[in-house]
Amino acid sequence: MNVLFHIGRYLLLLKETFGRPERLSIYWARTLEEMDLLGVKSLGIVALLSAFMGAVITIQTKTNIDSPLIQAWVVGFATRQSTILEFSPTIISLILAGKVGSNIAAEIGSMRVKEQIDALDIMGVNSAGYLILPKIAATMMINPFLIMISMFLSIFGGWIAGVQTGIVDSADFIQGIQLGFKPYHVVYALIKTVVFAFIITTVSAYHGFYTSGGTREVGISSTRAVVFSNVVILFTNLVLTQLLLI
Amino acid sequence: MIEVIGVSKRFGDVQVLTDISAIFQKGKVNQIIGKSGSGKSVLAKCIVGLHVPEEGRVLYEGGSFHELDGEEKRAIRQRIGMLFQGSALFDSLTVLENVMFPLRMFGSMAKSEMEDRAHSCLKRVNIVDKDSLFPAELSGGMQKRVGIARAIAMNPAYLFCDEPNSGLDPQTSILIDDLIKEITEEFGTTTIVITHDMNSVMETGEHIIFIHKGRKWWEGDRDQLLVSDNTELNEFVFAGSLMRQVKRSMTGGA
Ligand SMILES: Nc1ncnc2c1ncn2[C@@H]1O[C@H](COP(=O)(O)OP(=O)(O)OP(=O)(O)O)[C@@H](O)[C@H]1O
Ligand SMILES: [Mg+2]
Repeated sequence: MNVLFHIGRYLLLLKETFGRPERLSIYWARTLEEMDLLGVKSLGIVALLSAFMGAVITIQTKTNIDSPLIQAWVVGFATRQSTILEFSPTIISLILAGKVGSNIAAEIGSMRVKEQIDALDIMGVNSAGYLILPKIAATMMINPFLIMISMFLSIFGGWIAGVQTGIVDSADFIQGIQLGFKPYHVVYALIKTVVFAFIITTVSAYHGFYTSGGTREVGISSTRAVVFSNVVILFTNLVLTQLLLI
Repeated sequence: MIEVIGVSKRFGDVQVLTDISAIFQKGKVNQIIGKSGSGKSVLAKCIVGLHVPEEGRVLYEGGSFHELDGEEKRAIRQRIGMLFQGSALFDSLTVLENVMFPLRMFGSMAKSEMEDRAHSCLKRVNIVDKDSLFPAELSGGMQKRVGIARAIAMNPAYLFCDEPNSGLDPQTSILIDDLIKEITEEFGTTTIVITHDMNSVMETGEHIIFIHKGRKWWEGDRDQLLVSDNTELNEFVFAGSLMRQVKRSMTGGA
């Protein structure tokens, strides 16, 4: 019952969000702002996480399969596969759900409790569209770039760590990275990224938009936004993986 | 003209408004007065459609507002200017951008014209050289005034002001009262002002509605207000010693 209520209200909010925009030029300007705020400003954490995780993936792979039967290129290969298929698109999206999702819910939620959304409604502005659509457009456009940067840095971090610690040979690692590369895997990862971006933005905006009360409730909405985005991402990840990879 | 017919509003078990009817004429400053918590803001929000009343109707120029679809509601709302009790300025926009916001969204002016228009509205509420400040950098009274400037930017046909002069000094308060009156008369606006301030009631009270416990308790103009024998109204109006003196001097004795 409760779940159905939320799903229904979420879908209605989406319908509002994709309603006719008043001024396309204003929406576009807002989209560019949001790309900076939600995308470019996430670059630091994405880069940091990716490089370190890539390094750890490489070291762990190596220590776990250290056997004369296994060929040297496997470490590079495994690092590449786990990065492209799962770490970058999914784990980084989960991290972004934490950073971007809580930001969106807090911003929209505080606009709600401070009557700023009412002010938009009173002016005759489609408040859902004005507030949410540019965020959706921004994250769906910029997250694929973030994820590609993440893929690159993760593999690069793995290579640095492997070579610096002397556990893998640079040539072997690079051979592994190139071996049996399927461009479709990147496509699969980017499809997931775009879908996850949509989930993060809309689920978080939903929780912000229907905040009622005061600042305490804004905090609660923000937490919920992250939890629900994560759950929906994990579930969707399973479904998409079955659809796209099997 | 706005007509409110038998409006009742409940939040959960709490009955906030009960069967309120009133007519708000064009070109007049209509005032809603009443104690804190009596339901004034909720009534205003029912009229503009931010709350949907369980019973009753609100008519704009004879057309029932709550029966309109989203697009039609928006068309009416583009002609509403509203000052919220908490100002509700957009945090992420500067003072100038806040006032220009409705113009950018719905107007057809060039940028420089919009800026001129915004500046002239800001000047009318006595805010100058504050263009690039953000709402958080303004005092509460200044936020109120910027809120008024934003509400009048589009020359609205319907102007709602929820406590426009709370938090203002007496001088600025009079300036705002005069401004609201001026605009109302100049543009034939249907104006609804919610206030506690007996000064502005005495200044501008052409049509006053007194809300008590969510009901319309009394209605009249300021002259009738002074001589009314409605107990709750008198308790509200003559709570301060100044107003009691006014009454004494009017009635010429005890
Ligand atoms: N969104 C809401 N949900 C539940 N109750 C509400 C809501 N808004 C207002 N109320 C209740 O309605 C009653 C009237 O509130 P309202 O804000 O209209 O008072 P007011 O007359 O404007 O008071 P003030 O002069 O202090 O602004 C209060 O008891 C308040 O608790
Ligand atoms: Mg109020």
